Amino acid sequence: MAIPSPFHEKTSALCTSLKWKEWAGYYAVERYQFNHDQEYFAFRESAGLLDVSPLFKYEIRGKDALKLMNRVLCRDVGRMKDNQVAYSCWTDERGKVLDDGTVARFSPERFRLFSAHPSYYWLLQNAQRLDVEVQDITVQTGALALQGPRSRAILSQLADVDKLRYFHQIQTKVDGFYVVISRTGYTGDLGYELWVEAEHANKLYDAVWAAGKDYNILPAGILALDMVRVEAGFIMVDVDFRSCTYCVTDDQMSTPYEIGLGWTVHMDKGPFIGKAALEKEKRQGSAWSLVGLDISLEELEKLFDARALPLDLPCATWRGVVPLFDSLTNRQVGYATSGVWSPLLKRYIALATVQSRYAKLGTVMKMEALIDTDRRHVSARVVQKPFLDPARKKSVGSDVALVPALV
Amino acid sequence: MKTYDAIIVGGGHNGLVAAGYLARAGLKVLVCEKRYVLGGCSATEEIYPGFKFSVCSYVVSLLRPEIIRDLELPRHGLEILPLPSTFCPQPDGKRSILRTDDSMESYRNVAQFSRRDAEVLPRFARQMTRICRFVKPILSMVPPDMDSWNPNELLKLLELGRGFRTMDPELRYDVIKLFTMSAVDYLEDWFESPELIASMSVSGIIGTFLGVRSPGTAYVLLHHYMGEIDGVFRAWGLPVGGTGGISLSIARAAQAFGAEIRTEAGVKQLLLKGDQVRGVVLENGEEIGARAVLSSADPFVTFKKLVPEGQLDPRLLDSLKHYKFRGSSGKVNMAVDRLPEFTCLPGMGKHLKGDISIAPSVDYLERAYDDAKYGNFSRRPFINVVVPTVSDPSMAPPGKHVISCFVQYAPYQLKDKSWDDERESFGDAVVDTLAEYIPGLKKSILFRQVLTPLDMEREFGITEGNIFHGELSLEQMFFLRPIAAWARYRTPLQGLYQCGSGVHPGGGIMGAPGQIGAREVLKDLKQKRPAHR
Repeated sequence: MAIPSPFHEKTSALCTSLKWKEWAGYYAVERYQFNHDQEYFAFRESAGLLDVSPLFKYEIRGKDALKLMNRVLCRDVGRMKDNQVAYSCWTDERGKVLDDGTVARFSPERFRLFSAHPSYYWLLQNAQRLDVEVQDITVQTGALALQGPRSRAILSQLADVDKLRYFHQIQTKVDGFYVVISRTGYTGDLGYELWVEAEHANKLYDAVWAAGKDYNILPAGILALDMVRVEAGFIMVDVDFRSCTYCVTDDQMSTPYEIGLGWTVHMDKGPFIGKAALEKEKRQGSAWSLVGLDISLEELEKLFDARALPLDLPCATWRGVVPLFDSLTNRQVGYATSGVWSPLLKRYIALATVQSRYAKLGTVMKMEALIDTDRRHVSARVVQKPFLDPARKKSVGSDVALVPALV
Repeated sequence: MKTYDAIIVGGGHNGLVAAGYLARAGLKVLVCEKRYVLGGCSATEEIYPGFKFSVCSYVVSLLRPEIIRDLELPRHGLEILPLPSTFCPQPDGKRSILRTDDSMESYRNVAQFSRRDAEVLPRFARQMTRICRFVKPILSMVPPDMDSWNPNELLKLLELGRGFRTMDPELRYDVIKLFTMSAVDYLEDWFESPELIASMSVSGIIGTFLGVRSPGTAYVLLHHYMGEIDGVFRAWGLPVGGTGGISLSIARAAQAFGAEIRTEAGVKQLLLKGDQVRGVVLENGEEIGARAVLSSADPFVTFKKLVPEGQLDPRLLDSLKHYKFRGSSGKVNMAVDRLPEFTCLPGMGKHLKGDISIAPSVDYLERAYDDAKYGNFSRRPFINVVVPTVSDPSMAPPGKHVISCFVQYAPYQLKDKSWDDERESFGDAVVDTLAEYIPGLKKSILFRQVLTPLDMEREFGITEGNIFHGELSLEQMFFLRPIAAWARYRTPLQGLYQCGSGVHPGGGIMGAPGQIGAREVLKDLKQKRPAHR
């Protein structure tokens, strides 16, 4: 049975749809309302409030904390300043991705690592002979994501976030209790994540809710999040790639380069787990690449029209494996793993893993599509990720217009 | 004299599977079962009014999927319910190792003992899945003849060697470890929590006269991981109507294919003409003719009782003497008037629907083994409990339950004592042990059946009460089961075949020996025309 998160009292009162799902052993709201589109637009037009407590959270303390982080993560945390946050992945010695997540540097002797899967064992294994203590703070820490163009205006009533830059954090007090606020999130937009001790979770929720009332704050669920994260081009473990911990065969595993996370691998830092294998791959090239796809609406329209049906588009993100074919030979060359109709972009977009020679921008493949009851093929073109990248994401103060997203 | 193409000695699940396959191939088949009920050690009996018991075997996992398909068992009543958990209550009355079909729930539960181990569990399961993929094909093959130059035999060896060679090295080393280490040593390679290791190690000793620290037990661990239900590895299930439900579904399938089945028709001996089998003589003196006789009895019964004296090479017969039966387990079945309540987890829950083990520590299990080594039953035994009525209410009146306890160790040979005198004190030891975890147990017992290895030998005809027709230790597996000369289903007597758990791939409700035995018979009979047409 799943267990309630520290915010359960608040979220369950708001979840009028009774649509719940399980997320890492916790109850998580799929959508609060009958339809999730209001929640999607909250993320993009006002502010959506999402309980992200199920994330696994680890505190790493000690003289060798930095050493451990640099040994485990592909990214160079030595380059980070205190109170800076970074996105990274970590791999096994063969360079196969174990998980991805964010790392927050409080000081060279104190870090927090947030991950999708349990990571305690991996950290512990690699902390042997290091002067460092790894503590699992998952259960005792609540986490809220407040994401959207109005999130800054809302939070600035509670804390001094006006100057807080993208992927940085502040340690502050709200109503007298300790809260860490980081300018991070899974929406690719202006937004924050708030980390609080579980006992103060409901008080924090109330405070954010009250501050957001005049800004159309809305509680948002996983369905809305899944749409915005595809727009942002963010991959999801167990959906767009698999953690090698749970793979049975090597074929099922991925390296950072194969899932588009090569930019998080810092080869110029000292040794880290998987470095040798990754150096070799970097030299020789990767077999697979993760790409963004734009699926032809014209063709879809025609196919639906041939069945005398109106165009039917996925209003919620589908997760699965949809084969992609070479447009001439019809041989399978990859597979799409998540896709959605973006109401803001007015495009049908998807994330896909393809053989690297099909990863070039502009390459056109055929994607399997279900036209009512018929399996057909439609063109899917490789396009730049992220699909949506609003300037406000990194803005400080009022340097850019907050809405609409695309100007 | 009535004549059949094939007579099968023993109506246990393997005998019935063999009958099903032979009848399906168009042969005229007769099954002779000694008892009044079919199933052998997979039988359901109402030994107390209103309560049905899986008297011996109690759960299923290894039953080969192709047998289910080939014999269309679902159509003949096969239903298997999932066992959603494994539960190991701790003696402190507070904690328990509870692993369930909910992976995150298991993670949280195991993390209370070791956060590290909770994360290692899925890695361990993955490793077992990988190794099973290599070992599983062996389950459905006739063991190769090591001494033959026949290309088919050499090819089989080559295939095995190639499978082993192409394995990931890390996996290959692990296979070697599994074949040589003790269950505890192997598990200690993976885990740190003594409680978790103890609870998992017991899969390595079931049906053996070995301790969790005895080398070779790691393999038995794998044997228990190999089972699958609906394609899911490591899934154990509870057959509806008890394990007799499985046997009956196979029997119905065999009958639908035209097989004849007779109960209370024990076979006394084989009828021979030279070294050619001509049929059987029943205990009532009736003679029945057959071109082939398949014995699903264990090797001792087959070669030392069914085959008339003087027919077999005495040297080989002698080597059978060293084939280890050494029954080591007993069974205590109870009818109770209420749901058993565990101190550490009171009330109804997933833990009662699953497999329950009393295995609080490795030392506890070793001490249980120590008792047995010197000819005593364990004062504080390992007990594997299931409460089938929680999932299958057809087994008892409403509100009442049956509790099945598989108990180890109960050595067949007691030192200076007889099981006939010790039976009830053995039963008391089991109830006393369980009552430490279920305080209300004693008051709730309406009826108790205690089966010692001696009882199993007498009632079910399994030598020394060994549930697997001989231990599943490596030196008597594969092309060494039961002995090298007789390991390939055939015997020195023409027309006599083995199809029980005493041949490859061994015990458990698997059906493979019956299936492969029947296949070999069909190969041999193919040349000749069926007798009755």
